Amino acid sequence: MKQEFRQSILDALSNPNLTGALGNFSVAYRAGRAKAYEGIDFEALRTEIAEIKSTASSHFDELAEQFTKAAEARGAKVFRTNDPKAVKDYILRLAQERGVKSVVKSKSMATEEIHLNKHLEKAGIDVQETDLGEWIIQLAGQTPSHMVMPAIHMTKEEVATVFSDKVEDGQKPDIPKLVKFARGKLRPMFLNADMGISGANIAVAETGSIVLMTNEGNARLVTTLPKIHVALVGYEKLIEHFKDIAPILTALPKSATAQLLTSYVSIISGPTPNTGGTPKELHIILMDNRRNDMAHDPRFKEGLQCIRCASCLNVCPVFRLVGGHVFGKVYTGGIGTILTAWFGALKESDEIQSLCIQCGSCKDVCPGKIDIPELILELRRRLAVEQGQPMIQKAIFSVVNNRRLFHTMMRAASIGQKPFAKDGFIRHLPMFLSNMTENRSLPTIAAEPFRDRIKKIKQPKCAEKAAFYGGCLVDFAYPEMGEAVVKVLNKAGIEVIFPEGQTCCGAPARYSGAYEVAAQNGADNIKALLAEDVKYVVSACPTCTVALKQDFIANLEAVGRTAELPAARQLSEKVLDFSTLANQLVEEGRLKFKPNLETSKFTYHDSCHFKRTLHADQTPRKLMKQAGYELVEMDECDMCCGMGGSYTLKLPEISAPILQRKLVNIEKAGAPLLLIDCPGCVMQIRGGLDKRGSTIKVEHTAQRLAESLE
Amino acid sequence: MTAILESSALIESFKARAEAVSAKVEQFATKQEALDLIIRLLQQEGVDDKPHCWAVWAACPMLGADDKTRLAAAVPGLKFDVTRELAADAKVGISQFDWALANTGTLVQGADEVDKRLVSSLPLLHIALVSTAAVLPDLPGVLTRVDPLKSAYLAFITGPSRTADIERVLTIGVHGPERLIIIMVDDLEVAA
Repeated sequence: MKQEFRQSILDALSNPNLTGALGNFSVAYRAGRAKAYEGIDFEALRTEIAEIKSTASSHFDELAEQFTKAAEARGAKVFRTNDPKAVKDYILRLAQERGVKSVVKSKSMATEEIHLNKHLEKAGIDVQETDLGEWIIQLAGQTPSHMVMPAIHMTKEEVATVFSDKVEDGQKPDIPKLVKFARGKLRPMFLNADMGISGANIAVAETGSIVLMTNEGNARLVTTLPKIHVALVGYEKLIEHFKDIAPILTALPKSATAQLLTSYVSIISGPTPNTGGTPKELHIILMDNRRNDMAHDPRFKEGLQCIRCASCLNVCPVFRLVGGHVFGKVYTGGIGTILTAWFGALKESDEIQSLCIQCGSCKDVCPGKIDIPELILELRRRLAVEQGQPMIQKAIFSVVNNRRLFHTMMRAASIGQKPFAKDGFIRHLPMFLSNMTENRSLPTIAAEPFRDRIKKIKQPKCAEKAAFYGGCLVDFAYPEMGEAVVKVLNKAGIEVIFPEGQTCCGAPARYSGAYEVAAQNGADNIKALLAEDVKYVVSACPTCTVALKQDFIANLEAVGRTAELPAARQLSEKVLDFSTLANQLVEEGRLKFKPNLETSKFTYHDSCHFKRTLHADQTPRKLMKQAGYELVEMDECDMCCGMGGSYTLKLPEISAPILQRKLVNIEKAGAPLLLIDCPGCVMQIRGGLDKRGSTIKVEHTAQRLAESLE
Repeated sequence: MTAILESSALIESFKARAEAVSAKVEQFATKQEALDLIIRLLQQEGVDDKPHCWAVWAACPMLGADDKTRLAAAVPGLKFDVTRELAADAKVGISQFDWALANTGTLVQGADEVDKRLVSSLPLLHIALVSTAAVLPDLPGVLTRVDPLKSAYLAFITGPSRTADIERVLTIGVHGPERLIIIMVDDLEVAA
């Protein structure tokens, strides 16, 4: 990671205006969005949108042709091009031919993508952004920090200073007054402008219509007052049918700003008369600029289902800390990372893709049903293929994959760490490792890994068997979690075996883009786990469970090892996470809760993969309530804890404040017990609470359940 | 007929949604009552026959010649011939809408005629008239009724102009009106 990029992260993190504004917004947004979607079947709505947009991107050229014919039949002029420079030249030439001296713009990211303003200004044309946020950053000489709220990083004091310095002296930091001031200053610019430039939220092929949405009303003025209107539309805004405007218009404002509808929507289908009676000159530019390339990529086509609501920014635990400037100049956040890689170049996404912690929050709320985290992984994979893996990463994988060597090293480390270990925690690490323990204590490495400890457990001989998949954390750091799993399953009459050939689940390699390594990990595990005659394969780690259930298949597919897919699918069918299996056994009457158990209140942290990939989040809550525990939900219970596997090592600056916010929410819940289904989250949160001197007990659900059963 | 009976729930929903986004909604049984209110409103606002005090009323099917005469006599400064200059200098803009949407509190209008857009975007107060019978359930409902080949500029308005671009603080009245008064009239025809 380049120093410059890391510095931009540090700058953002140390900007209290930015983190404060975004942090507060993320809380308000969650509640507001939920309310806006009340009574609406979001899954059905986004499935409809995904289908509309996906069908459109399969036929971009036909739709562009259809749009052109329809719009030209209505009297508009349509210019189609793949080339951003041709767009700029077209608009400049038009402006010069018509003697245009001043332009008013309503918000358009496509114009930002091609740096249109600079091009026109160089030719001596005055260009004014009229969206308040865009105007502020234009005056300040900055770039947008959020796709929908471009100036969210600035305080009213800063805005007052910008207005005073650039427009008129003496502006006070009073928001209604600042807004009035902007109205007063921009109004004559609207009235005097020779040309209005807009983007479009939607372009309808069958009618040649464009749809513009604003809250301020600036798009109405931009399209009404000047005699010439130019709309710059990316191909991805095309849809085929007029009626298909409805679902997009229904979702976009709800997902963007938690509004039922923006204050103004204009659907323009051809020129209308100007004041004075002359017909408006309407030019619509359809710009490809790599949209078609993206549509022809089987993995990234999905990214074109984006309707630019920015909800992926609003729910992102990383974005709310660092804001948009870290991402670059135009498209920000999760989807912005993907669009930057395509509309710019793959290598432009090299650093920003590493910001994704893979928590999956954005995937759940995307109204275009885009699997953003998966597409970011695909970027990572392609970057790794293109640029090769860093040396240090290669070295780590070679150790991780060799379990015997890994054991030896971990054990050596476990002994080596003795001077730093106390009560099962490493609180300080020397020298270059110090930032690993700055914000949370790390667990000590168990003297004896679970794979050895299980041999000493006296298990009943049972006809029914389950294979336990340990994963690195249970095996080396938390063997007691593995023992709890064995205890519970034994009570249900299931014998647990630990197939010795199991190795790393491949998640570290996959999440680093090293798919060849990940696929080999999968193949080794498939062989080891299918060799045993067992009914279930169970894991107490959701990341491992997802690997066994889904990623082995995906990784083998990604590298073309199709012959091994049937075995991967066979394994997938046997795999269950611990809580789901335990719940199944309770429902079958094979596990009974202790009567009169001494219980307490507990709060529950949703681990990312456990909730958003396995969708098992309600199961442990239900089990523990059945055991007699009282659930107290914490705020943002399903927000990532900042662990993200190796993320915490790669970007500790970001991981740490995510964890701090989680810890505050846990403490605010006021329960003495925190249950989690993921050993990674346990490591992160238990360590964080330890650093804060908290007395809250943190356990894996398996541990508490083992004590709650007869 | 059933549709009209069922529409009372739609009307209530429309009012609630529109008021939730800071519009003010009134309902009258007859056009004459609605016009009486408008006269009172314009007088209260200080509409007068001098610069910065005009009210501009865009072409409006509900107004007959005699209505215009009555209104003009009652309110000096009320203009029916809307120009860009008058609208930019007016206190109040008035226009009639074709439909209203119950689930979002939205007004919908075929606004090819530029004066319709001038009066609803330039003055600080916008008074919107709509037939009570023109309330439709939702967006899909209106999109099947409008014909983009007939209306080249379809305008949807939901509450007054707003922004939250500075510190996310909701502020009403940026580039468009800061007040929207919606007057529903029971005895008006609904557009075809």
